[in-house]
Amino acid sequence: MALVLSSDARLVRDTAQQFFRDKAPVEALRKLRDGRDPVGYSRDLWREMAELGWAGFVVPEAYGGSDFGMVGLGLVLEQAGHTLAATPLLSTALIGASALVLGGSAAQREAHLPALVEGRLIVALALEEGPHHAPHRIALKAERTPAGYRLSGEKRFVLDGHVADLLIVAARTADARVVLLLVPADAAGVTRTRTLMVDSRNAANIRFDHVEIADEAELSGGVDLLDAVLDRARAGLAAEMLGSSTEAFERTVQYLKERKQFGVLIGTFQALKHRAAAMFCELELTRSAVLAALSAFDDGSNEAAALASLAKAKASDTFFLVSNEGVQMHGGIGMTDEHEIGFFLKRARVAQASFGDASYQRDRYAALSGF
Amino acid sequence: MQELDAFRARARDWLEANCPPSMRLPATEEEIVWGGKRARYPNPDSKLWLDRMASVGWTVPTWPEQYGGGGLGPAEARILEDEMRRLQARAPLTSFGIWMLGPVLLEYGSEAQKQEHLPKIARGEIRWCQGYSEPEAGSDLAGLKTRAVLQGDHFLVNGHKIWTSYANYADWIFCLVRTDPIAKKHEGISFILIDMADPGVRTRPIRLISGASPFCETFIENVQVPVENLVGELNQGWTIAKRLLEHERRMIAGTGERNRGDGRALDELAKLYVGESEGRIADPSLRDRIAQQSIDTRAFALTVRRAAEEAKSGAAPGPASAMFKLYGTELNKRRLELVLACEGTQALGWEGDGFAREELVATRAWLRSKANSIEGGTSEVQLNVIAKRVLGLPD
Repeated sequence: MALVLSSDARLVRDTAQQFFRDKAPVEALRKLRDGRDPVGYSRDLWREMAELGWAGFVVPEAYGGSDFGMVGLGLVLEQAGHTLAATPLLSTALIGASALVLGGSAAQREAHLPALVEGRLIVALALEEGPHHAPHRIALKAERTPAGYRLSGEKRFVLDGHVADLLIVAARTADARVVLLLVPADAAGVTRTRTLMVDSRNAANIRFDHVEIADEAELSGGVDLLDAVLDRARAGLAAEMLGSSTEAFERTVQYLKERKQFGVLIGTFQALKHRAAAMFCELELTRSAVLAALSAFDDGSNEAAALASLAKAKASDTFFLVSNEGVQMHGGIGMTDEHEIGFFLKRARVAQASFGDASYQRDRYAALSGF
Repeated sequence: MQELDAFRARARDWLEANCPPSMRLPATEEEIVWGGKRARYPNPDSKLWLDRMASVGWTVPTWPEQYGGGGLGPAEARILEDEMRRLQARAPLTSFGIWMLGPVLLEYGSEAQKQEHLPKIARGEIRWCQGYSEPEAGSDLAGLKTRAVLQGDHFLVNGHKIWTSYANYADWIFCLVRTDPIAKKHEGISFILIDMADPGVRTRPIRLISGASPFCETFIENVQVPVENLVGELNQGWTIAKRLLEHERRMIAGTGERNRGDGRALDELAKLYVGESEGRIADPSLRDRIAQQSIDTRAFALTVRRAAEEAKSGAAPGPASAMFKLYGTELNKRRLELVLACEGTQALGWEGDGFAREELVATRAWLRSKANSIEGGTSEVQLNVIAKRVLGLPD
């Protein structure tokens, strides 16, 4: 496992950095929010990202992808995090693609992956049923029918669920197995309600009323597949959170160098200096953890699951700290909607809660470590 | 790549053939070899192991061969470390000469100084101590007052150093002294080497809260030091002082890694003393704290490794070493607090039969660890260094 970036990876990072700065600054998220945009992200921009190959980073070449890997996708997510860009990178390029690659039959892959890679198919994982991440506490029913399953139940906090073309639904069978099923979003009996989240990003609550699907809709792997996909999601989201945390931190340090009170720059105050230095250390640790987790997937390491929880735990704690301190150190101006630092605070909490907060990850890390 | 594989095979064979079996066990505190004229070897294998390693330059693997080193590049040095760890071979020699003085002599010393001092450090013949702090110059190190007056071919030195680790066992001391009392405080300091055999040098151990006395006061009275023992330029010692501190910080940052107290992992201790239910530590709050500690320890180790991979080969540590010093020591303190939390009152014994040896060792290690975030620059000083030199925050 290398902890330094290859020249190819650095190129991806630099391209992504320029892309998000130019085309999806925080201002773009504000516009989507204020305009009550029905999609919640820019479809044109997503097609451009797909043209850059990002939607196919974890997809094999046979289906139009590049198999560039998790480190590469993580670097793109990190740069998206810097500008809080609303994109389907996580829901589709990472989670949707991983589920299809790891659990899809040849026919399922053939049917969906090329469209996904080209940016024409948005995928959403319909997993959560309660207010806390509990991936193994699934109640949504999958009853056997002669030709397949009938789904009944509700999902909430489905990221990009309101615009997805294809849902990956986690359901429980009569014999208590967990199954992941591919459900077209326009299937009869599917009712989607967009939820407006505090971070202005996109999610939905989805009802399934006797939704009939065929056997061919089942991904293979069940709960193991779910865990494997979630681990990738945790590592990828941790990368995005690293980018957002770094950005919020750098903006805050810059403010300490500009803002004057009592006739001096507030960055001369030791009370603030020490807190800034402590945040720097946490960010450095988070960066190492994220890189280790992402490369563990590319290397096929059997520590990938533990490292993913480690990275998500660190990223959650660090983003929490930096977003709170960011608002505090900006003082009154940080409380205004006009200033952008508040966007980072709002995004932090949603990202923390997604796929398990720090306390969830610590519990999982302890379990995986045998205590 | 092939060359490295060949080196790995050579190193492995050599270590297998030359590392005595008793040197493949963790060293107790008393068995750690510090070298010097008064070195003791309770286990004769320790001396054998030291001499064998010194004969191939592997007490200081990355130093040039002409100064007693192994002449290894960073990749080879990592392989040697790997192979030693694989055998659980203990370090043949531990010293401030290796960690602190050697690297700065290599960078700033004259050719004569390198030839005189480095081989003796490499072979463990001379034990060095560090004359930095003074009673009135702790965190404000540059406020030091020990005077060195140039008198022809020597300096006349007078002063009082404190927290000189193991000065009572050392042969030589590297010292920060004031050579210009009028200049600004950072610009009148020089770095000199003093032979402690001079009767004007006296040491007095200081008893600490742990009951041990690793630190001394060192009194220097009318000691004549030859001018050739000045390292670098006159009055330019602060630059060397800071560089040496970077090496020291890196060394202290690794304290937790090298010296794990009683060697038992926290989760095992917790299960042993607190109990377990269904494979989990029975106390959920303690379990969470231990998970947090494991996560931070692992992330910190990954960060140390990332910094090493990012550094250009052989580059000296920069201001980021302040982060390693800060985080490494704070982690070590947290770990020992958790040992106490696990063991309960069994970790609160001072001496006697009511407590297992490992319990007593842990108690003393906990007390000792409180110095980690003070020595080599307090955590607060490290935060200042990061704020100023890494983040560029204004004074």
